[in-house]
Amino acid sequence: MDLSPEYLQSRLTEKFGDAVTAVDTPYGMFTFEVPKELNLKVLQFLYDDPELQFRFLTDLCAVHYPEKKGRELALVYHLHNMRKNVRIRMKIYTDINQPDVYTATALFSSANWQERETYDFYGINFVGHPNLKRILNVEEMDYFPLRKEYPLEDQTRIDKDDEMFGRG
Amino acid sequence: MSEIIHQPEHHVKLPEGSIEKQTTTLNLGPTHPATHGVFQNILEVDGERIVSADQTVGYIHRAFEKIAERRPLYQITPLTDRLNYCSSPINNMGWHMTCEKLLGVQTPKRVDYLRIIIMELARISDHLICNSIVGVDSGAFSGFLYVMQYRELIYEIYEEICGSRLTTNIGRIGGFERNFTPTAFQKLDRFLAEYPGVLKEFIGLFERNRIFMERTIGGGAISADRALNYGFTGPNLRAAGVDYDVRVTSPYSSYDDFQFDIPVGSTGDNYDRWQVRNEEMWQSLRIIRQAYEKVKAFTGAEAEIYHADVPEYYLPPKKDVYTKMEALIWHFKIVMGEIDMPAGEVYHSVEGGNGELGFYLISDGGRSPYRLHFRRPCFIYYQAYGEITKGSMISDAVITMSSLNLIAGEMDA
Repeated sequence: MDLSPEYLQSRLTEKFGDAVTAVDTPYGMFTFEVPKELNLKVLQFLYDDPELQFRFLTDLCAVHYPEKKGRELALVYHLHNMRKNVRIRMKIYTDINQPDVYTATALFSSANWQERETYDFYGINFVGHPNLKRILNVEEMDYFPLRKEYPLEDQTRIDKDDEMFGRG
Repeated sequence: MSEIIHQPEHHVKLPEGSIEKQTTTLNLGPTHPATHGVFQNILEVDGERIVSADQTVGYIHRAFEKIAERRPLYQITPLTDRLNYCSSPINNMGWHMTCEKLLGVQTPKRVDYLRIIIMELARISDHLICNSIVGVDSGAFSGFLYVMQYRELIYEIYEEICGSRLTTNIGRIGGFERNFTPTAFQKLDRFLAEYPGVLKEFIGLFERNRIFMERTIGGGAISADRALNYGFTGPNLRAAGVDYDVRVTSPYSSYDDFQFDIPVGSTGDNYDRWQVRNEEMWQSLRIIRQAYEKVKAFTGAEAEIYHADVPEYYLPPKKDVYTKMEALIWHFKIVMGEIDMPAGEVYHSVEGGNGELGFYLISDGGRSPYRLHFRRPCFIYYQAYGEITKGSMISDAVITMSSLNLIAGEMDA
C-alpha cells in the first residue's frame, strides 16, 4: 500500500475521527495536528499498524507561538517509516500555563534526551518521563530560554554602557 | 570512626551511601584526554567493570537555535560549521540546501556534482579522524599520524575554494562563491592518486591485527532493533545491519546519478563500526571519481557554471558591486539580510559524517527563521552509551566512545 497523504489522512480519520486537524502537505511532508491528550495513542497507532509502521522518531522539538492564546507551545514530532521511506510530521499544541504532555519514552528510547532538551528550552512538562531534568543548560536556571519572551540582544540598542565593544 | 570518615562538603552532591558502597564512582571527563571533546561520563565501576554510566552533556552549549532566530540566512551558515566540525562542509551545504528547498531554488547539475565532491571529501576526513582515533585509543598512534597528512590535503582543497580550513563557511545559497581553481583540481587529482594506497595501508595496520581485533570485537555492541529505537543513523546504524542512508533514501544534490554501495555490518560493535567507516571511505572515493568525471564532461558555457541564478540570495560579482548601482543595492540587501523569505516550514536532512543531520526551519516570512532546529545525530545516539557499555571494561568504554564518533560541538549545539 502506498502511503500517500490521502491514504494516511483516511487511516487517521478512520481511527481518530475529527481529532485529526490541520492536515497539510508543506514541501511534500504530510503534516497533521492532534489534541495533546491523544499524542501517545496516535504515536502508538502509527507505530503498531502493520500498514503504517512509523517506527523511527527522527526528531522532536517545540515551537513557541506567544500570540496563539491557549495553545502557545507546539510540539513537533518527525516520524519516519523506513521500510517505505515516508516521513510525516505530527504536531500537538499545549497551553503555556499547563504544559503537560505525555512522554513518548516508552515507545522510543531516543525521545528521552530530546524531551529533556525540549523541557530545558521550552518548559514542556513530559508526564511520566523517567528523568526529566535540564540537559544542556545549567540546572540552576529558572527560566526556559527559547521562549519568545526572551529576545536576543537588540543590536541597535543605545542604553548599554559598553565602550569595549564600540557602543560607548 | 565517625571522625575519620566524614562527608566532604563539595558542591557535587554525592549519592546516598556512596562512601560505604561496594562500587566506585569514576568521572570520565569532562576534560579527559580520552573523551575527545567536552562531555562527562559518571561511571559506576566494580573493579574494572562498568555497572552503569551516566552521561552529562552541555558544557559547550552555545544556544545556536536561539541565535539563529535573529540572524539572516547567511549568518547562520557559520553556526552550522561549528556543529560537527570534522565535516563542516556537509553542514554548510545541508543548510544551504534547506534554504534552497524553502526558496524553491533549482541548482544546476554542475553545482550538485561539485558539492558532492566536497561533501564526500568531508565525509572521508570525518571518518578518517574517527577511525584513526579508535586506533589511538586501542594503543596504536602511528596510523593516526600517517593519515593526518591526507586530512591536511583535504583541508587544502577546501582552502582553494573558500579560503578556510576547519570551520569552512563554504558555498552560498545556489552554489559556490567561486569556481574551482585549477589548483583545486590538481590537489584533487593528487588526493585521488595517493589516498587509496594510504587508506589500504591504514586498513592493513589494523584490520587483522590481533590486538586491535580483540579490543574492538564485541565491545559496545548494539542490535539493529535497539539502534533504531535509540534513533541511531549513519555508520553506527549501518554497522548494526540497517541499510539506511539519507543519500539513497531521500537523494539530495543529485546523489541518485551515482553508483555506490551502502556497507552494512552485522553486530553493531566497535569493529563493525570501524569496518563500515572504512568501506564508506572507499565508496566516497568511488563517488568522487564519478563526480569528477561528470564535472569534466561539461563543455562550453556549462563548464563555467558554479552557482544557480538566484539574484536575491547570491552575492553579485565584486566588480559589478563597485561599478553598478543595481549590483550594489543587491549586495547591501543580501549582506544586511534585508530580504524576506517566504513563509513555510521545511525539513531537510543530509547524510552527515556521523548520521542524519536534519534542519527543521520554520519561517513566518521575515528576514530570519521563526524557529530553526538542528537534528544533531550524535546528541540522539549518545543516549545509548550507558546501555551499550554496561558490563564492559573501562578501557573498552573509551574505545566505544571514540568509535561512536561523538563530536561535542554537535552534541551541545
